[in-house]
Amino acid sequence: MVLSEFAGVSMPDWIDALLRIMFIVALMTIMAFALIYLERKILARFQARVGPTRTGPIGTLQSIADALKLITKEDVRPITADRWAFELAPYMAFVPVFLVFVPMPFTETWFVRDLNLGLLFVFGVLGLNIVGVVMAAWGSDNKYALLGGVRAAAQAISYEIPMLLIVVALVMVAAGRLAVDGDASAAGSINAIVGDQTTTPYILLQPLGFFIFIVGMLAELHRPPFDMPIAESEVVGGYFVEYSGMRWGMFFLAEYTALFLLVVLASSLFLGGWNWPFGADVGLGLQIVLTFVKTSVLIVLVIGSRALFPRLRIDQLMAFSWKVLLPFSIVQVIANGIILAYGGADWVVGLVSFALLAALGGLVFYIMRRKQGEGTRTVQTTPATPRVITAPEVTPVEAGGD
Amino acid sequence: MVQQTFEGEVLTEPVVVEREFETVDMNINIGPQHPATHGVFRMVLTVDGEIVKDAIPYIGYMHRGGEKLSENLDYRGALGYQDRTDYLAAFNSEWVYVNAVERLAGIEIPERAEYVRLILAEFNRLLSHFMFMGAFGTDVGYFGTAFTWTFKERERIQDLFEAVCGDRIMYNYFRVGGLAWEPHETFIEDSHWVLDQVEVGITDVDELMTNNEVFVARCRDVGAMTADEAISFGVTGPMLRASGVPFDLRVDEPYSIYDRFHWEIPVGERGDVYDRYLVRLEEMRQSVTILRQALDQMPTSGPIEPERMPARLRPPPGEIYMRQENPRGEYGIYMVSDGTDKPWRVKMRSPCFHNLSSLKPQVINAYLADAVVALGSIDIVLCEVDR
Repeated sequence: MVLSEFAGVSMPDWIDALLRIMFIVALMTIMAFALIYLERKILARFQARVGPTRTGPIGTLQSIADALKLITKEDVRPITADRWAFELAPYMAFVPVFLVFVPMPFTETWFVRDLNLGLLFVFGVLGLNIVGVVMAAWGSDNKYALLGGVRAAAQAISYEIPMLLIVVALVMVAAGRLAVDGDASAAGSINAIVGDQTTTPYILLQPLGFFIFIVGMLAELHRPPFDMPIAESEVVGGYFVEYSGMRWGMFFLAEYTALFLLVVLASSLFLGGWNWPFGADVGLGLQIVLTFVKTSVLIVLVIGSRALFPRLRIDQLMAFSWKVLLPFSIVQVIANGIILAYGGADWVVGLVSFALLAALGGLVFYIMRRKQGEGTRTVQTTPATPRVITAPEVTPVEAGGD
Repeated sequence: MVQQTFEGEVLTEPVVVEREFETVDMNINIGPQHPATHGVFRMVLTVDGEIVKDAIPYIGYMHRGGEKLSENLDYRGALGYQDRTDYLAAFNSEWVYVNAVERLAGIEIPERAEYVRLILAEFNRLLSHFMFMGAFGTDVGYFGTAFTWTFKERERIQDLFEAVCGDRIMYNYFRVGGLAWEPHETFIEDSHWVLDQVEVGITDVDELMTNNEVFVARCRDVGAMTADEAISFGVTGPMLRASGVPFDLRVDEPYSIYDRFHWEIPVGERGDVYDRYLVRLEEMRQSVTILRQALDQMPTSGPIEPERMPARLRPPPGEIYMRQENPRGEYGIYMVSDGTDKPWRVKMRSPCFHNLSSLKPQVINAYLADAVVALGSIDIVLCEVDR
């Protein structure tokens, strides 16, 4: 369904696409504002605070006030900064994130375009925003920014690979299921994947995939426990430390838009998006409610992780990606391949994936408890028995006056 | 290539390693205005990528010449200055000072005043350790959760202090010979109530941090110090105990009335950042134990000042070194009297200064993020380092 049918007028295809893109950009900006407000409120509840209360009813206009402040603020460029890299970096971080919304299905018919290789498009374009981050880091001519940018680049490379592999495993499952209806080639389209989850959300078939996707998502978004690119107590804010005013605001907007984007993607791929549990026939209104309920749950999860986790160290982050997540995602791909090649049932796929997830959890738990050591909870104590009192005695001296 | 600091001092010459690519070590300035440095501490780290190769600490931004100032005031006048050294444990610092003057002048203080002093000082230890938990949590990377949870408890203790002496940070409540005035009527009940809340708060901190996998990963085996190293740096307090030395002045050189209570000294095994955290956590529980006993034993009525106090304090000529266990370690006052109404010499032995001196070996060849955590685990108060 194109928008022309919805509006009752006929228009060329490209105008329809343009209108949809504008609609998405407007919607996402509003969503980002709402998310910032929600994050501040929810985080405040986690932290025994109340959050913003002064601007508008229960502080709902806080994001608007912040945006107004950012727009009217002076835009400072350090004199030693590389001008073009510095000024173009926010756009480079900002545009890819919005571009990725093209194949995102909010409902069965609400998307800009249903791309046949939508998943490939998402990861291909999303990978570009690291260019903006590195440009910002290099262009700022600031050591903290440089460190933060290098961290961000290393992190993005490390976490996109397990994330991609696990999506490959998911597409294998989806292709197997879609082949029953006769069109396995549609498995690259996000909308087709969502359309297949009428009765079974893929989280049941790929629990390990869901876990790795969420972890990769947190790393992609620089969220705790993977927020070392922007770690305040180490690199003071990382790659955008030199930015101010609306340029900084664009990084911020891109970050929150990416949060919403990846959450929509996660809910589409693993939680059944607009489809599960009511099926495709419930109509537009309920579908959009379903999408937003699922994304909200995931967003609270992400915000909660910010409240409850400290930050990993950069080498630990890399080790976790390359030594734990990558092998497990490769094993998942191989396992899916073998099971599907021999025509294994869905529950076998799900069970194997769940076993892998349990193994991953057990491994991490074992490693951490071993590192923590045995007697740490009960620190060895010695009873405080009063010993001989050796109070300091006053010894008379010949103190010279001044 | 030689890099110079503000002061014109030549830093370590950046090491140029000849590999396929030439890499140059980078100097990173952390502080005095940096989110990770508590107070105005500055360190210049030479980093090779993420690895710290060299660290140069700079102190002195807060130097106000407190020792010399104290020498120009009479014995009672310099008391307020003690609040301004260790501002997180002001009662403990005041206590050392008044104890030193009292011993120098040979003044006996009434029992009830001694109890009130001990109770307030132990509460102050709790307050200081709560502050540590919050700040350390932020260093490790909790986005404010540790900070707000612990500050909630710190606030309750501060409310109690406010009720007792009218101030929340700079108390100036102890006097040579006793206390400034009676604590308020419901002091004991209020203290018990605060202790109930604080016990819940300690459990909260424990559940938030101790077994968190990421927290363990960040703190275990970071900045480890053996007992010998710790002793050679003059490290005292929880840092020394975390390295496995059961040295606590409240037991090893009992002052005041600490010999009337039963409690235990927590001792760590590996001397790393995680052990320092655990030792402080257990110390908070032990402080609660001491406080409960003290509140039960405390006489409900009685004088808080000796009957006769000289209007102008002139201790006989002599010298004294009074040291006590502050939350951060051994806080000492060395004082020489020449018989006049002003001390001839006052020297403050600051635990943070000695603890901070052990920072450099802890951070060399560690990651940049570890340097921040190791600095946080020392729990420095720069007012006290610089005095």
